[in-house]
Amino acid sequence: MRQFIIRRILYSIVTLGILSATIFLIVRLTGDPVALMAEASARPEDLDRIRHQWGLDRSWPVQYVTFMQNAFRGELGKSFNYRLPVSELYFQRLPNSLTLGLAATLISLLIGVPAGIISAVKVNTAWDNVAKGVALLGLSIPGFWLGLVLILVFSVWLRWLPTSGAGDWRHVIMPALALGWYFAASMLRLTRSSMLEVLGSEYIKLARLKGLPDVVVIALHAFKNALIPVFTLAGVNMVVMINAAVIIEVIFAWPGIGRLLYEGIFQRDFPLVQGVVIMAGFMIVGINLVVDILYAFIDPRIRLTR
Amino acid sequence: MARIAAQTTVAPGRTGSRLRAVVKGARDAPLVAIVILGGLILVALFADLIAPHDPTLPVKGANVFDPPFWMEGGSATTPLGTDFLGRDILSRLIYGARVSLIVGLMGTLVAGSIGTALGIASGYVGGWVDQIIMRVTDAWLALPAIVFAIFLAAMVGPSMWNIVVILGAVYWTRYARVIRGEVLTLREREFVKLAEIAGASRWRVIKRHILPNVMNTATVLASLTVGVVIIAEASLSFLGVGVPPPEPAWGLMLSEARPTLMAGQWWLTVFPGACILLIVLATQLFGDWLRVRLDPQLRNL
Repeated sequence: MRQFIIRRILYSIVTLGILSATIFLIVRLTGDPVALMAEASARPEDLDRIRHQWGLDRSWPVQYVTFMQNAFRGELGKSFNYRLPVSELYFQRLPNSLTLGLAATLISLLIGVPAGIISAVKVNTAWDNVAKGVALLGLSIPGFWLGLVLILVFSVWLRWLPTSGAGDWRHVIMPALALGWYFAASMLRLTRSSMLEVLGSEYIKLARLKGLPDVVVIALHAFKNALIPVFTLAGVNMVVMINAAVIIEVIFAWPGIGRLLYEGIFQRDFPLVQGVVIMAGFMIVGINLVVDILYAFIDPRIRLTR
Repeated sequence: MARIAAQTTVAPGRTGSRLRAVVKGARDAPLVAIVILGGLILVALFADLIAPHDPTLPVKGANVFDPPFWMEGGSATTPLGTDFLGRDILSRLIYGARVSLIVGLMGTLVAGSIGTALGIASGYVGGWVDQIIMRVTDAWLALPAIVFAIFLAAMVGPSMWNIVVILGAVYWTRYARVIRGEVLTLREREFVKLAEIAGASRWRVIKRHILPNVMNTATVLASLTVGVVIIAEASLSFLGVGVPPPEPAWGLMLSEARPTLMAGQWWLTVFPGACILLIVLATQLFGDWLRVRLDPQLRNL
């Protein structure tokens, strides 16, 4: 077990190393940030001075090592545009992204889990087909378009909900639905297949043979076991949603890290972009590590197969 | 996989058996998906003939923001209305099908080629090659694909072919993982072992025995990637890092419609989005069908 954990942690570190080096290289290969920071009339000496000031005159490996050292201390460099530490900007916005990610996860669970259970219990009936249709639409409707249509219906025509910004719960509903929609479909699919698997297992057959009513079998015996993978996926999805909500945050002017990234891209604010992207990598590698180790605790077979 | 395929195909030697198998297979084909996809491909191919107006120029005699023909103020010359420059929406949608299909298919081809090559290398060669490829795959999977794509697109700069390469460079990971797994089992099969004992070179084994046996899986994965790539392209174009204006890309049309969304000009937002929905829905249906036909083991993907 200890060996398994050590190996997984080492893998995670290697993964993050490759990811950060890739991001770092791409940022530096695609243009000179200094030329963009300085005014058009700047002389070469000025450019050199700025380069030195930001530490961009050192060799790439040195810059990378410095960057990673600082990153592990929680410092991600200084934003070109805001002239503030990237980490400060990032943690200012993070709570909003957490709120949105949590709301979207709740919505995806509220749609996906009941629909998946109905679909599995009533397999190959009209109910099942409706659920399959929902799952298909979840994958086919672009989330950002759903967001635009929601604005059109609920803000422009019905005037029920505000179009943008963060505030009370009414601001969260539409972005959370637009963001969670796609993930609801994956929840539905997983709940359905997980329920089907459990319902076909021996202990459920035994419970049915004992003459327990269907409701008891499904609610008490099957539900609990079928939902372990579903809630695991929900956790992973939440972390993904926190980091992948760029377009939804742009559409709804939601002040989260997705919009911070978008602003950084358009202001060519390289330290900011680099910082936000690498933080996303940290978070996702982190959650995957946690899930893997938790699963190895629950199910010893996993320790042997990897 | 091969065993199941052997059961479903008709015994060889009988005349016309292969044809019959094809006809039999086509009977349960997803008609809706084929009609939608076929229609869109035709529209994209013959856009020049079908589109009533130039997609990049304002229509003479039309105003900006003309509504569709059935609404008050609409006209039959611009049946689905005009946009903020007075360009014909219908013509832009027709040419937009071209962009979506080219990016969707070419992006998938790039992703599939990279992923299949790396998957085979990883699974067949093994050792440190496998280690390196799998760690890079992990690193790629550590970022949400769309964030990675936005980042790359912002760094490289907008153009349709850049987007093709970028989406290919982002979406290959699933192929690499799945195909590596397949190759690991193929490697242990007798026909591969026999070929190796007979002195076939590595390259020859890959070409003659491994690649043909993973093509089904790659095709199924490809059919399921096209839709994802099309949505990703639309997302990038919407954010302004994808296909640049005045090109008629559906994502770009949605982006151009956004400033006037609050004024209730719904046709600018509804039509391009509905087109994306339609094409992705059709590829998903087609992919689901293909998955069941070609590779029953992939049903859970």
